[in-house]
Formats: sequence, structure tokens, C-alpha cells
Amino acid sequence: MPSDVKPANTFEEGLKGASERVAEFQEEKGLLKRVQHWLHQTPSAVPLFVLIVALVVFGFLSPNFFKAATLSTILQQIAIVGILGCAQSLVILTAGIDLSVGAIAVFSSVLMGQMSFRYGIPAPLAIGIGLLLGTAMGFVNGWLVAKVKLPPFIVTLGTWQILLASNFIFSANETIRSSDIAKDAPALQFWGQSIQPGGIKVLYAVFLMVALVAILAYILRHTAWGRHVYAVGDDPDAAELAGVRTKRVLIEVYALAGFFCAIAGWVMIGRFGSVSPTASTGQLGNIQSITAVVIGGISLFGGRGSIVGMFFGALIVGVFEMGLKMVGTDPQWTFFLIGLLIILAVAVDQWIRKASA
Amino acid sequence: MDQKGFGMTQEPLLKARGLVKRYGKVTALDHCDFDLMPGEILAVIGDNGAGKSSLIKALSGAVQPDEGEITLDGKPVSFGSPLDARAHGIECVYQTLAMSPALSIADNMFMGRELRKPGIMGSLLRKLDRPAMEKFAREKLNELGLMTIQNINQPVETLSGGQRQGVAVARAAAFGSKVVILDEPTAALGVKESRRVLELIRDVRARGIPIILISHNMPHVFEVADRIHIHRLGRRLCVIKPGDYSMSDAVAFMTGAKLPEGVSEAA
Repeated sequence: MPSDVKPANTFEEGLKGASERVAEFQEEKGLLKRVQHWLHQTPSAVPLFVLIVALVVFGFLSPNFFKAATLSTILQQIAIVGILGCAQSLVILTAGIDLSVGAIAVFSSVLMGQMSFRYGIPAPLAIGIGLLLGTAMGFVNGWLVAKVKLPPFIVTLGTWQILLASNFIFSANETIRSSDIAKDAPALQFWGQSIQPGGIKVLYAVFLMVALVAILAYILRHTAWGRHVYAVGDDPDAAELAGVRTKRVLIEVYALAGFFCAIAGWVMIGRFGSVSPTASTGQLGNIQSITAVVIGGISLFGGRGSIVGMFFGALIVGVFEMGLKMVGTDPQWTFFLIGLLIILAVAVDQWIRKASA
Repeated sequence: MDQKGFGMTQEPLLKARGLVKRYGKVTALDHCDFDLMPGEILAVIGDNGAGKSSLIKALSGAVQPDEGEITLDGKPVSFGSPLDARAHGIECVYQTLAMSPALSIADNMFMGRELRKPGIMGSLLRKLDRPAMEKFAREKLNELGLMTIQNINQPVETLSGGQRQGVAVARAAAFGSKVVILDEPTAALGVKESRRVLELIRDVRARGIPIILISHNMPHVFEVADRIHIHRLGRRLCVIKPGDYSMSDAVAFMTGAKLPEGVSEAA
């Protein structure tokens, strides 16, 4: 073939005199486009905006709303959901879902209680055992997801039932009374204590939640491990090829989620006073934590969103519940509006993801 | 079975003997040999399904061969993961690029080898040294000259296909100390961007680092390669010098239309 005889790059001679500029970034134009891009970079902005609007609206509708007591009650009520939401956020960032968060929390609280009351182990040690076993439950989830390669939904649907049933069997359905705990193992109720500056009661649990959110936000944003969590959720194959040990990261994520759930279990003892295997968190904790995560703008498809967004999401739910109660509407409106918010949040997420196009 | 190589006066830097990789009933690599000499650009060409990707993945640790051995610098190595290969100084640009779309350019360049802050912030609190990572990433991209970057923290998904490729190539060139493997580096690029990448390939060789280039683009292969490894039916058919054969010969060899002298078609 004669064309092969010529130097290989003759076809590029047409380039002579062409512009030397190569692919360049162009400034985004259009206000909407710029908003989209900004939201893409700052995913927690949407829930923050919704939160502010909700606060203003309820503050306007109900004169008592902006009292410190109201706001501290809201924080108190979202403390457990907020901590479970931390666990859920981690898992959802890896494009998974954890339906067993509530079950791990309740079972851990029961384990802590029974360790100290049935087996007479000192309370601090019993708490340590509870935290360890909660982590182990999360580890099992992670191992099944990463190594056995089962879908997270199925794995945690199974462990949810298994853990909740184990919880009832192990505890023989016994509740440990608040007064007994206060007498014999007050450490279990630690997070139920409060400080009262100027008569406003703020539970230790609220400080714990804020601290955990802050720590997790730091880890996700400023450590290599946190970046790996995002990479695994974004595109696991790419992450693996780029040198992330994806299986290990997944197992660590689920185990850490289990640890957070166990902390939530400890906080539950403080909040409710007693240790009850029938605590509603076992069933509702999952839905509430997923709701906070989704409203908080964390993508269910993984790799996008921030823990601070989840915190705003939990606050939005708390503000709606309290606000609507104070305005005096039928409590069902709360669920009606939260349902709307969930759909809206996912719709906004889809729109933001188009910023890449 | 004569898997012909020539000019073996030096020891190959990266050598593979008898690699076998099976996926169920499919044999992707069938006792494949491979030699990469120090400081050369070795092109690997072959028809679709010839097993080029499997060979590259075996050399970069992304898959583990069922049989055979790989030696680097004369020492036998076995890569359990891409991280192992990287630890030995082998960097690869995959066809899929292996980028996390939602993360920034700098995060992607340092994925799996992040820099931490000096002192207690880094050792105890594991804080990333973002400024250092961003500075390094910017330098490498400028060196490559493939693009002008406004924002190094831009998520990779907001880049065009060619720009993403540029980031991936820059990543491999920046960190590869022994071998750089490029799988179809110019496939997504325009003519000018391709030229930059070819220049970059020569720059990397000038630093003494050998390159494995997988490409379907015959003009590019014949322009930059020192030797051409022709892959057919899961093994090395022959190695030719671009000066000795024409592009149509090479295409004839890789499709089986013609056999190089002294090579008999494997059964």
C-alpha cells in the first residue's frame, strides 16, 4: 500500500497554521447553570435552605417557636436519629443501604443492660462490650457485602430480622427499669444527663451527636480514608484500579456504622431511662435515618453528599414535627410533608448530577 | 511454537513467560510471553479479543494470571492488586481511565497514595495535605501541557473526555518510576491532544522509563514505537521493528492474513 511508505504522521500536516490552543475549561455561563454547579460542589446547601425556610415559617406561625426550650427539645429529639444517620450516611455514601441500624442500636443497648444486670459486669465494661458487639454486627454486614458480594439491601434486610429476633430471645423480652439502672449502673444513663444554662435543658446526647457529626465530617473530607469512601461509592471498579482496597473500605464502613449504632444504643438508654428490647427504634430507626440522609441531599447512588447535609436533614424532620405540633395541625401532616420532601430531595439530586453533563 | 523476540542482548526490564488466564471456558491468555526492554517504547497491537487487555491487566496487577511468571528487573514478582504493581513502580492508564467522577482532579491523581500533613496533624489526625497535592497536580498537568486548568478542585466529571484522559496520563507519568502502561491513550483525543500525548510518551522515555503502548492507531504506533509486539489468539505472535515492516504487514500479521517468516500459526 503506497500510503504506508510515507512518514507516519503526514496526515497531521493539515495542522499547520491551526490554533495552538488545546482543550480548555470554559467559564460556566447562565445563572441556573451556575447554581447547579455550585450545588454540585456544595450538596448540603439545599437542606440548609429548606431548614432556614422551615424555621422562618414556623417562627412566623407560632410565636412560641423561637424559644430556646423549643429548639433544645428539637435537638434532644433528633439526637438518636442524628447518630443513626451518621451510620446510615457512611453506608449510603458507598452506594449501599443499611436496614439494620435500628436493630443494631436496640440489640446493643440490650446487651449493655444485660451484661451489667444479668452477668454483673461493671457498667463501663458492659458498655465497652456493647460497643464492640455492635461493631461486630456491622462487620458481619460488611463482610457479607464485600466478600460474599450480596446486595446490601438483602444483607441488611436479613440481619435486621436476625438481630431483632436475637434481641428478643436474648433479653427474654425483659425490660430493665429506669430506677434500677439509676441505682446500680448509672454509667448506662450517662447521655441522659444535661446541663441547664439559664434553665434551658441541653442533654449530653445533643453534644455527642454534634461532636460525632463534626468528627465524621472531618474524616470524610480531610482524610484519605474518607476520600476512599466516596471513591468506592462513586465507581468501585475505577477505585479498585486506582489503588483503593475497596473490599476493605466497605467492611470498615459497615463496621464503623455498627459502632455508631451501638453508640446510639447507649444514648437510647440515657434518653428513655430504661433498657427495652421493644424500643420503637428497632423498627423506625431505619426509616428515620434513611429519611434524614435523603433529605440531607446524600445520593442513594453513592459517592455524593455530606454528613453535614444529613444533620440538616435530621433537623428538618425535627423542626417539622415540632413546628406542626405547635401550630396544632393533625400530626399526619408531618409525614405528608416529609414524604414530599423526600421525593423533592431525590429530584434535586438527579438534577444536580446533570451538572457533569 | 516460536514466540519470536529479537535483539535480546540486554535483559528485559519486565518479562513474562507462559502467562495463562482463563475466564470460564474462554482462554484470554494462552501461554503468552512478553518482554519489555529498558528505555524502549513497546507497542502492543492485536485484533479485538486477542487478549491485549488481559495481558496488560496481568502486568499491572488488575488480574492474576492462572499460570506463568512475571519478572521485573530479573526478580520474580506477583501482583495481587494494582497497588502491588504500583509499589513496584508500574503505573497504568486504563481504557476506562479509573477515575472517580465526583472527586476532584487532585483527589483523583493521588487516589491510594495521598499525602498527609507533616507533624501531628498528619500522623495522628491523618489530615490530607491538600495544598501540596493541588500544587503537585497542577505542575504535572502544566508539564503535560494538555490543558489549562482553572480549578484543580473541579470534579473530574465536569471535564471533557479528552481532559479526563489527560489527567489519567498525567497521573501515570507522574508516578511511574519503572514502567508506564498506556491502554489506548489517544482513543478519546482530538488530533492536537493526541500529538501532545505522543510527545509526552517520548518525554517519559527520555527520562529512561520504558512504556508499553496499546493502540489501534497504526500511524501513532509506527511513529513512536521502538518495537511492536503483535498479539494474536492470546499469545505473542512476533515482535517487529517498525522500520522493517509496513503498517499493512502489521495489520496482516495481527489479523492472521499473513504470517511473519519463521513463525507458524499456533494450533
